[in-house]
This record gives sequence, C-alpha cells and structure tokens, in this order.
Amino acid sequence: MLPILHDFQATFGCIPAPAVPFIAEALNLTRAEVHGVVTFYHDFREKPAGRHVLKICRAEACQSMNGEAVARQVLDRFGLDWGGTTPDGRLTIEAIYCLGLCSCGPSAMLDGQPIGRVGASTIDDISREVGR
Amino acid sequence: MTKIFVPCDAAARAVGADRVALAIQQEAARRGVTLDLVRNGSRGLFWLEPMIEVETPAGRIAYGPVTPSDVSALFDGGLLDGGVHALRIGRPEDVPFLKRQTRLTFARCGIVDPLSLNDYRAHGGYRGLARARELGPVGTVQEMTASGLRGRGGAGFPTGIKWKTVADTSADRKYIVCNGDEGDSGTYADRMLLEGDPFVLIEGMTIAGYAVGATKGYIYVRSEYPDAIRTMERAIVLAEAAGLLGAEAGFDLEVRVGAGAYVCGEETSLLESLEGKRGQVRAKPPLPAHKGLFGKPTVINNLVTLATVPAVMADGAKAYADLGMGRSRGTMPIQIAGNSKHGGLFEAAFGLTLGEIVDDIGGGTASGRPVRAVQVGGPLGAYFSRALFDTPFDYESFAARDGLIGHGGVVVFDDTVDMARQARFALEFCAIESCGKCTPCRIGSVRGTETMDKVIAGDRREANLALVEDLCQTLKFGSLCALGGFTPYPVMSAIRHFPEDFGRPRLAAAAE
Repeated sequence: MLPILHDFQATFGCIPAPAVPFIAEALNLTRAEVHGVVTFYHDFREKPAGRHVLKICRAEACQSMNGEAVARQVLDRFGLDWGGTTPDGRLTIEAIYCLGLCSCGPSAMLDGQPIGRVGASTIDDISREVGR
Repeated sequence: MTKIFVPCDAAARAVGADRVALAIQQEAARRGVTLDLVRNGSRGLFWLEPMIEVETPAGRIAYGPVTPSDVSALFDGGLLDGGVHALRIGRPEDVPFLKRQTRLTFARCGIVDPLSLNDYRAHGGYRGLARARELGPVGTVQEMTASGLRGRGGAGFPTGIKWKTVADTSADRKYIVCNGDEGDSGTYADRMLLEGDPFVLIEGMTIAGYAVGATKGYIYVRSEYPDAIRTMERAIVLAEAAGLLGAEAGFDLEVRVGAGAYVCGEETSLLESLEGKRGQVRAKPPLPAHKGLFGKPTVINNLVTLATVPAVMADGAKAYADLGMGRSRGTMPIQIAGNSKHGGLFEAAFGLTLGEIVDDIGGGTASGRPVRAVQVGGPLGAYFSRALFDTPFDYESFAARDGLIGHGGVVVFDDTVDMARQARFALEFCAIESCGKCTPCRIGSVRGTETMDKVIAGDRREANLALVEDLCQTLKFGSLCALGGFTPYPVMSAIRHFPEDFGRPRLAAAAE
C-alpha cells in the first residue's frame, strides 16, 4: 500500500479523505485498515502542506551542534511552531528525526534538498528561497 | 581530458557541492578548458566537504572545503595539475583520517562514479559473486559463517547462521530484504553506500539470493533519503540493462520507500511495512528466516551487512575474520558525528577504544570545548562519559558496560550538554516513535517524559528518579522490540554517569 499512498501524496500533496474508500476497494481491505496505515506513518498528511516544506532535524547529532536553538531562530523568524504553516500558505516547518547528515549539523531539508551547517547565513538563504 | 571529482553525496550537497560543481563548469567554460566532471560519492571526510579532487599523474589531489568563490583562484593556482592553493589537501589517501582506515565495505565509496558499472568492475566489483558461483550455494553460506560477519544493524546476529536457516527451509518462494531504514541519529553509512556505491549492494543481495535460493529482493530505504533512493533506483535500471538483475540473472530487486516511521528499522516491523501494513512489531517466533515477508522464508539483513558480503566473498572468509577482536570479526564503519572536529566515516577493524575514536581520530569537538558525553549506537544507545573512554569498540565490550554499538554512530557532545534534557529526549523520542503494540513502550514513554520533566523542574527529585528507574526496568523487560527495550539505555546511562545533572552528587571518577 505504501507505494500507492506515496503516489497519492505526490499528486495531491496529501492523502485526501475521499481517496481512502477507493484504495480500500482496490486492495480488498476495509476503510479502517487503510485509515490505520495512513495515520501510522508520519509522512502522510491529511491536508496539503505549504508550497515550501522545511524539515529541521531535532535528533541528537543536531542537538549536539546547538540545533534546538537554531531551529527556534528559524521558527521565530517565520512566526511558526513545529508543524505550522504561514498564513499565506508559503511555508510549512516540520520536525524530522535524522536526515543522515550528522557530521554536517545542524541539518535541514528544504523541498527535498539537503542543507547542512545551518546558521545565520543559511537561514537567510532559506528565507530568500521561500520568498519571505 | 582532466577528470575532476565533485561529490554528489547528500551531505556534500548540503554544504554546497552542487554550487561548486556549477562554478567549476562555468569557470572552465570561461577559460576555454574542457574537463570531465564526475560526481562521485563522498570519502566521508565531512569536515572537508565539499572536497573536490583532480586526477593527476601523481594520483588524485584533493582540495577542500571549497566554496564557489574559491573556484576562480583554484584555477589560477593550477587546479587542473594539482597546483598550489591554501585549500590543497594533497592525496586523500595520505590524510591521516583516511590512512588509518581499513576500507573493505567502503573500498570504492568516494572513488568511483556511483552509476558506472565499468568503474565498479574496474575496482573489484563482481569478484565476490564470481567466487560465490565457484563455491556453490552451500559453500557460500559456509564462507559467510566462517568470516564471522555479524549483523551491522546492531543486533550482531551471525549472518552465516541466518542465511543457513533460510537455505535449509524449503519454500516455493524466498526473499532477501535489505534494511536501509537507517533512522539512528549519528549514522549515515547506509546513505553513503546507496549514494556512493549502489552496485555493491546489488552484488551483495545477488550473492545472498544465490546462497539461500531466493529470487526476489527488496531494499527498504527511508523517505528521509531522497538522493539515496534516486541513485539506487537508477543503479537497478543499469544493472538490469546489463543483465546483472532480472530474468537472465535469476534475481530481481526493487526499492521500497518508507514513510517516516523510526520503528520500521526493526526487522519485523519493516516486514509489516513492506506488506503494506502499519509498521507494528511482530512477536518472534516465528523468525523471519522461517516465516518472514508474506509468510515466506526471508533473509533480512542490514544494508551495511549486505554491502560487506562482496568483500568477504572476493577475498575469502579468512582475510575478513583475521581482522577485529574477540567475537567481533572484520571491520565496522564507525560514523563520527555531532559536535566532532573531524566528523566522518571511519571504517576500521573492531577494537579501537572509544577514546581513540573521539579524541584521536575525531579530534575532539567542533566547538573547541571539552568532550563531556558521547552517545554510541543511536537514540537507543547509552551515553558514555570520559571515564569510560577505555571501552573497546566491539559488540561484547559495549554490552558489558550497559551500552551497544548499534549501527556504529558515535555522537559527540561538549560540556554545554544537559544530560537530564538528553534523558528526557530519549523518552520523548520513544513516545513519538512507538508503534503502540506494547503498553510499557506506548504509555511508559509518555509517563517517563512527564516524570523526567518533574525531575528537571526539581519536583521531588529522588522519588521521581526512582520512579523513572523502575519504569525503565518495565520497559526493558516488557517490550517486544528494541525501541521500548533499549530506551532505558540512554536514560539510565545519563542518570548513572552524569548524576550531577540530576541534582545528585558528582561521581569521583567524573571529576578527573
């Protein structure tokens, strides 16, 4: 089922509620089973995220590089909390637990592109990239 | 035509490798120079990334860390002939960090073009499979057992015995599953191999399939690794086109992408996820070797384990088993991460002490402050203080000190770390990632986080710490898998080795 859900999310930006019965029917499962899978995995959204998605690592290796304070700066800059989206729908910021960039921390990922050694100048770059 | 190497590894890209590659191409065009720009994997010297290399008659010469603004000056200094520049490192092989390593699993990573089969073959690729075919399936399993290779995901189960169990189980269908759900913070060995040498995994899984009689393999990669997924999928297409996978080869491979659940790194939960279900842990027995994916006998191995198979087969079990200490044979890719001056991938035989790894090889902290704590083995691994730096890096020595080597991640913290916060994080992480099957893990982690908050706030500290310790016992013995079972390691080690952060008197040994 995961490849199907990934395709849905790639197309619609989320797993729309009306899709669940279709998936259940196609796979000969109950709606409850499909709902169970969709809600189990952190990646699948119930509604689309902002146009840009910034994932900031909160795991130990980034913590050791002052990642929590850097993340707080980024969140404050955009006036968001974890999981929040700016009112104009431009940016969503999410927590992530490890991007595998642990020797270049603190790390983040903007729209699938990895960013390492996040600091003041990279935060400016991110800001420019999302147009804020 | 001069060859220039700019890594395409995600960590190198994260610090600007793409911009450097573009700057080099533009500068070359401006100067009317033609060059062959190869995007290699990373050598794993991350403090030097982006590290570029140029091929010269004297070998490859490295420069780093390079920024786009350095490129023009590099050309002025004669970059194409390995000329002088402040960023010139010289031959990468002469850098002590690389020179001290024994690279078997990572022999090609950072050297070859990851998507060139010619490169792969020219650097010893497919020698392992050829030798496996000479030995036959039974001989191959025996060779794996003799090599002493153990699971590199952390559990350390002997690979040969696992393979033999699957080989001896008769079924109409068997599977090889590669666990590339590398969720431990401080680890990136799987990612580096997927991005830097994907064919080694294809060869390793093909050998496994041949040895146990499986015709289909799945590589489960976490969704946090988009670059790795892309490279691996392209490598499979290339291998199919060359007849190395598919009907002709008698073995098929498919990449499956996870969806952000840490617990899917646990083998039975990964199998559930592959079957399209919630990634909840299965009770064992039955072992996956008897009833695994879709109820069929399944070899499920860590990615590094499978990527080590070709090296073991190519040079023989003895050469591999001659390395290491005690019951930990061969090499381990140690990933030095976090607040480390020289963070990177260090593959070496088992037996280095933790102190050697952190102080000598890693060079202490990146911040320049004293090293205070080191977490080994990911979020479920214990925190070690300097007093334990004499611990040799092998499965048994770490277990003897209530720790684990896990997937080989070593995360360094300086003296600004608050170990009570780290202990709290371990419980919080368990609460976020628990699959919900076992009550101690699902509820205990939440209650543990709350209780640790009280400890941090100074509310009846001793009574609440006693409660946390009691809860850790329940988690350790009442959970089906390592997520609940091992969360006590970081919590208890933080309390035991850093009591001063929990309002208790400092240990005498810690004051040295």
